[in-house]
Amino acid sequence: MQLRNSPSRYGLVSIVLHWGIALAVFGLFGLGLWMVTLDYYSPYNHSAPALHKSIGLTLLALMLVRLLWRFISPPPPTLSSYSKATRLGAKLGHGVLYLVLFAVLIAGYLISTADGRPIEVFGLFAVPASLTSIPDQEDVAGAVHLYLAWGLVIFAGLHALAALKHHFIDHDVTLTRMFGRRAD
Amino acid sequence: MLNLKKSLAALALGTALLSAGQAMADDYTIDKTGQHAFIDFKISHLGFSYIYGTFKDWEGTFSFDAKKPEASKIDVTLKTTSVDTNHAERDKHIRTADFLDVSKFPEAKFVSTSVKSTGEGTADVTGNLTLHGVTKPVVIAAKFIGEGKDPWGGYRAGFEGTTTIKLKDFDIQKDLGPKSQELELIISFEGVKK
Repeated sequence: MQLRNSPSRYGLVSIVLHWGIALAVFGLFGLGLWMVTLDYYSPYNHSAPALHKSIGLTLLALMLVRLLWRFISPPPPTLSSYSKATRLGAKLGHGVLYLVLFAVLIAGYLISTADGRPIEVFGLFAVPASLTSIPDQEDVAGAVHLYLAWGLVIFAGLHALAALKHHFIDHDVTLTRMFGRRAD
Repeated sequence: MLNLKKSLAALALGTALLSAGQAMADDYTIDKTGQHAFIDFKISHLGFSYIYGTFKDWEGTFSFDAKKPEASKIDVTLKTTSVDTNHAERDKHIRTADFLDVSKFPEAKFVSTSVKSTGEGTADVTGNLTLHGVTKPVVIAAKFIGEGKDPWGGYRAGFEGTTTIKLKDFDIQKDLGPKSQELELIISFEGVKK
């Protein structure tokens, strides 16, 4: 399979990024909701948040790569069968998904670094704090992180439903080309 | 007529005595402006070491007379959201419903009810502590540190007091383990005479 996107199909880089990030988003959502319920004496009280933060910062890096890749190798154009409204809706929807995902990631980073402490990534290196002067930063960023994360998974769910609608009702290749099939 | 004169004289004397009494115990404002004021706490971590924390935003006033410590009074109010243990994630957790529940109980208070001298420069200050929506009497073991003119034209008096409270007494149900059932509260401050 080709690495780069072409006018007729998605390349491997975009496909792997899409599905990998989808997996990471839902995984982080579950892990995040679970880890905050852990008792102080739970053996996972330290490791679960550490894993959440490590995956989260890795995801932030991947999202930057993904954004960059859109310019290096633009995705194939929307299908010619789409209506004008569908084209606009898809564009808006994808924009919102990118924006909210970045916002969730940045808010998460701002919680743990609110006191100037860096975040360890898989114990390999540390990402330093930057912004630390928002009033009640850890609380404000915490609320933003939680609510936008809910918004993100709900919106991603709608995104998936839309893809299924294209597949089962419109019978077009919207979904299958995200697995590498040709749009012809 | 004689009776009226007598009662007027008594009234005048009474007023004089009363105002003399008031003049003896001076009123002070706790010096938060210059930050010579701390409300700290100390709680065991698993029985291995202590976590120290502080409340950054609080204010208070007191009246004090070294010759008559029993007449002293103190009144302190703090903003629970200002808790700081030098770890943002922990502070965020302390502010939740697991501990301080700051959105529901934004303030904590201590108002003294009586002061009993216990020795040279020491006293037991009894008062009502309101924390996490629960008001309970506590006794603060207080120590008078010193008083006198400061170099900037003011007059100051300073104290330190400690008390130990059980978290469960203030309806904080989160269990941190057998070694961390109670915490020590430390208040250390100086006041500037009004």
